[in-house]
Amino acid sequence: MDLSQIFDATLLNSTFRYITPILLAALGGLICERVGVFNIALEGLMLWGAYFAVVGSYYAENAFVGVLAAMGLGIALAAVLGVIVIPLKGNMIVSGIALNLLIAGATVFLLRAMFGVKGAFQDPRIQGLGKINIPIIENLPVLGPILSGHSWLVYLSWALVVVVYLLLFKTSLGLRMRGVGEQPEAAATLGVNVNWMRFGAILASGALCGLAGAQLSLGQVTLFVENMSAGRGWIAVVANMLGQANPIGVFLASVLFGFADSIGFRLQAYGLPTQFTGMVPYLVTLVALFIIAVRRKRLLPWT
Amino acid sequence: MSATVSQSLRVLPQIRHALRPLQGPLIAIGGAMVIGAALMLLSGHNPIDAYWAMLLGAIAGPNLANLASTVARGAPIVGMGIAAAIAFRAGYPNLGGEGQMVLGALTAALVGLYVPLPPPLLLPLVILAAMLVGGLWSWFPAWAQFRAGVPILISTLLLNYPASYFASYMVTHVVRDVPSGMTQTYMLADDLHFIKLMPGTQLHAGIFITLGVVLATWFVIDRTVIGYRLRLMGLNAQFTRYGGVNMNRMGYGIMFLSGAVAGLVGAIEVLGVNYRYIDGALQSPQYAWVGLMSALLVNSSPPGVLLAGLFFSAVQTGGFGMERATDVPRELARVLQALIILLIAAQSSFNFGQGRAEERET
Repeated sequence: MDLSQIFDATLLNSTFRYITPILLAALGGLICERVGVFNIALEGLMLWGAYFAVVGSYYAENAFVGVLAAMGLGIALAAVLGVIVIPLKGNMIVSGIALNLLIAGATVFLLRAMFGVKGAFQDPRIQGLGKINIPIIENLPVLGPILSGHSWLVYLSWALVVVVYLLLFKTSLGLRMRGVGEQPEAAATLGVNVNWMRFGAILASGALCGLAGAQLSLGQVTLFVENMSAGRGWIAVVANMLGQANPIGVFLASVLFGFADSIGFRLQAYGLPTQFTGMVPYLVTLVALFIIAVRRKRLLPWT
Repeated sequence: MSATVSQSLRVLPQIRHALRPLQGPLIAIGGAMVIGAALMLLSGHNPIDAYWAMLLGAIAGPNLANLASTVARGAPIVGMGIAAAIAFRAGYPNLGGEGQMVLGALTAALVGLYVPLPPPLLLPLVILAAMLVGGLWSWFPAWAQFRAGVPILISTLLLNYPASYFASYMVTHVVRDVPSGMTQTYMLADDLHFIKLMPGTQLHAGIFITLGVVLATWFVIDRTVIGYRLRLMGLNAQFTRYGGVNMNRMGYGIMFLSGAVAGLVGAIEVLGVNYRYIDGALQSPQYAWVGLMSALLVNSSPPGVLLAGLFFSAVQTGGFGMERATDVPRELARVLQALIILLIAAQSSFNFGQGRAEERET
């Protein structure tokens, strides 16, 4: 096995495609974390987005409509979660687990009820997200194949890292958000509506997870497969911990996990059993979790 | 006459008190059924026909065959519900039941196939080995939390994937029954099979082990000092620590036990239903997750898990009957189950052990 064959520009290009769903969902988790909401429903929201991206693209025969559908229904589902968690004061962990299980079941149910298929849904009417080739960069020797030729969601996700960073640290809304997360009583005293702030953050995570799902089902492939998020929402939760709820850190953490995701696929081509390559992203995530936990005690309030 | 009436009236508040724990779950079940009915109306089906077919599919059938399959399917769900409940009651969100069960089942099949012992000695070894492996797969996240602060919630969930992949690798490449053409191990010797209780059904003697586990867990949690400490840990971890309970030692034991029960469930499925380890056979019916939901539905009370597990099983087997009779996809059962838990969570009566104090502040 020649290492240079594994670590080539194509691998890095595919890495960027694998980073995107994790990064987008992790940014959603980050926004929630910053206002004091521990969102573990990212997995379900992402799967929901992946499903409706395909549905939208199928009916409109247009990928952009698919992305909009994923985002819109992501927000709608997040609103349900928000109502349960904020006015009804439902337990976030139980609600999150229940929502993840609900979407795992609901997407399978809808797949049969709407299209009469089981397992996977593929149709020529479903339009995938095209690749964008950036004029000058495209022809650069090494950077070209890495940076160019992705779906627009990949580039949007990079832009969103900057947007979220600016929002959190350079705007008054960001200041209020961080206040709600760090000292909710103090923020409330200063006239910030803590509950609306948290509700808004959950809605934002719904939109971002919808985009993450759209990248999964229309960016990497052009079909929907049962349970295709396969734990990536949880990996996004860990990416957010590893990145310490900072957009730059979360980006770097997502790069690591996206790399683990794509190298698994690459190693398959070199004769390693799929079962071992499939394990790679989860093991890398667990090891990363262990390392950050050793370095910083107490990742969650009750540990 | 009037004396007996007033006497029986005096009993009413007691009955109301006894039924109180049922109130939340019943509201959730009712709400989920209403939402399910709306879904069916939207997709052009008659919800009354569908629910009726579901009921018949769960309990009727010739010779009560459907009831038998509800009980047979309910056994692993109840078992996994107990596995989850043991951890939940102490405040540990163990989401790794699936991996623990899968590795227990794989271990049971391997020990049963490859350890050369006479069946009377081999059978207990098969079960103990499965419990040990399931327990260790659950002990490890406890160790990671107590020694390093890795949240059990996330580590247990992520560990499901390597467990399933590893078991899949073993039956694909290492111990595969190649002539069968399937990804599965060879079949265990006949002496190791649990006897069938009803011909033509999946009902086997293993359900008595499951029932024994429910009763034992109930007794230990409600009637012993260890169970008292376990409940205290779930209710108020700090108080329990100040009270002199060695939290970590208890925690290791509880997580090990939770995983051991999951491993036992896997072994029972191998010994009673499939007689071998089949790739994916325990994951696709969602035993671990439905079991976890039945623990959540009843606040992790062992007798409650028995009822809730059988109820969820009835919803699933009823789903098959509903699909046959009305064309409503049986996956609606999964939607209903998860909706019930979401509506339980929405009632905010549920507390997840140690998460509680912090959440109250918000």
